[in-house]
Amino acid sequence: MIYLQLFWEFFKIGLFAVGGGMATLPFLQELAEKTGWYPQSLITDMIAISESTPGPIGINMATYVGCNVAGIFGGVVATLGEIIPSVIIVVIVSKYLEKFRGSKLVNDAFYGLRPAVTGLIAAAGISVIQEASIFHWDLYQQTGELLAFFDFKKILYFALVFFAIKKFKKHPIVYIAASAAVGILLAF
Amino acid sequence: MFRDLITLYLLFFRMGAVTFGGGYAMLPILRREFIQSRSWMDEETIMDYYALSQGLPGIIAINVSVFIGYRRRGVPGGIAAALGMVSPCIIIISIIAFLLAGFQDNPYVRHALAGISVCVIALILDAVISLWKKGVKDKVGLAICLVMLVLSVFTSISPILLVISCALLGIAVRTPQRRAEKGGEKP
Repeated sequence: MIYLQLFWEFFKIGLFAVGGGMATLPFLQELAEKTGWYPQSLITDMIAISESTPGPIGINMATYVGCNVAGIFGGVVATLGEIIPSVIIVVIVSKYLEKFRGSKLVNDAFYGLRPAVTGLIAAAGISVIQEASIFHWDLYQQTGELLAFFDFKKILYFALVFFAIKKFKKHPIVYIAASAAVGILLAF
Repeated sequence: MFRDLITLYLLFFRMGAVTFGGGYAMLPILRREFIQSRSWMDEETIMDYYALSQGLPGIIAINVSVFIGYRRRGVPGGIAAALGMVSPCIIIISIIAFLLAGFQDNPYVRHALAGISVCVIALILDAVISLWKKGVKDKVGLAICLVMLVLSVFTSISPILLVISCALLGIAVRTPQRRAEKGGEKP
């Protein structure tokens, strides 16, 4: 039964996530909230693993979530669920390729879709910030000290990584591997 | 026919196994395999497939694979290409998920994951910035982006509903504008 549910949930994600792999992130967060199948903390691991293994990020994320919910077969079912809408839609579009390519209506829809997807992914980023405990809300409430609210070690490292990403434009796996090492050395 | 399907499956299997990130990362291999070695299609066709794939729902790399497979061998071709692309992911990720589940309580693994989570935030921020540059072009776009951010953080409205309403909003705002611009051009 869980397999059928997994299939259906990922089928919906494949059908409505426009804008590639990262665009599935808000859906995966909603799925965690709605079903309680996996904790929000799994999402951070999921992104890191999906970015540092071969293959499309969206597919890796679907497989990882499926695996954690219902084992290897769960991973297979989630992944197939996510790609079946693609197969159906692309086959239909291929048949009417010329019409679709010049469609003004599709362009107009994208005028609203692009900023929406940006906002949704940013929101997903905010909940990853909560998971990473860069800000210690609980510690601040206990002690009342504003300084306890910030985890300066992590904030400083965040600034450093972001600067490196912008400056060197290396593959994400480089930063992820380095961050794992830094996490161990500085006991994050 | 059958041999072509196997070839499609294997080619996309290899692409899924060696390209990090999907999408444009697989373009060099696509060009080599389908344009240079096999001349199954030309450069323009592949670029069109990329452009269309970004405009369709679903994973971009999968959409491109289905387009190419379908062009070569119809629906079975599209399915063979998509399955080829996801097979290595399923194998690799299953192994990692299995390994990670066993080591989650190890303090070193925990510290490493904590370090990685800081990096993931930076990667998401980077993705948001590049999407912002491509997609948020005017005040309407800015408003849509901020409203979606707030709604997504503070309410539990389904992203499906948000995505559909923004597509409709785009049409509602842009179509009359476009018609007006077109009307203005006439002498």
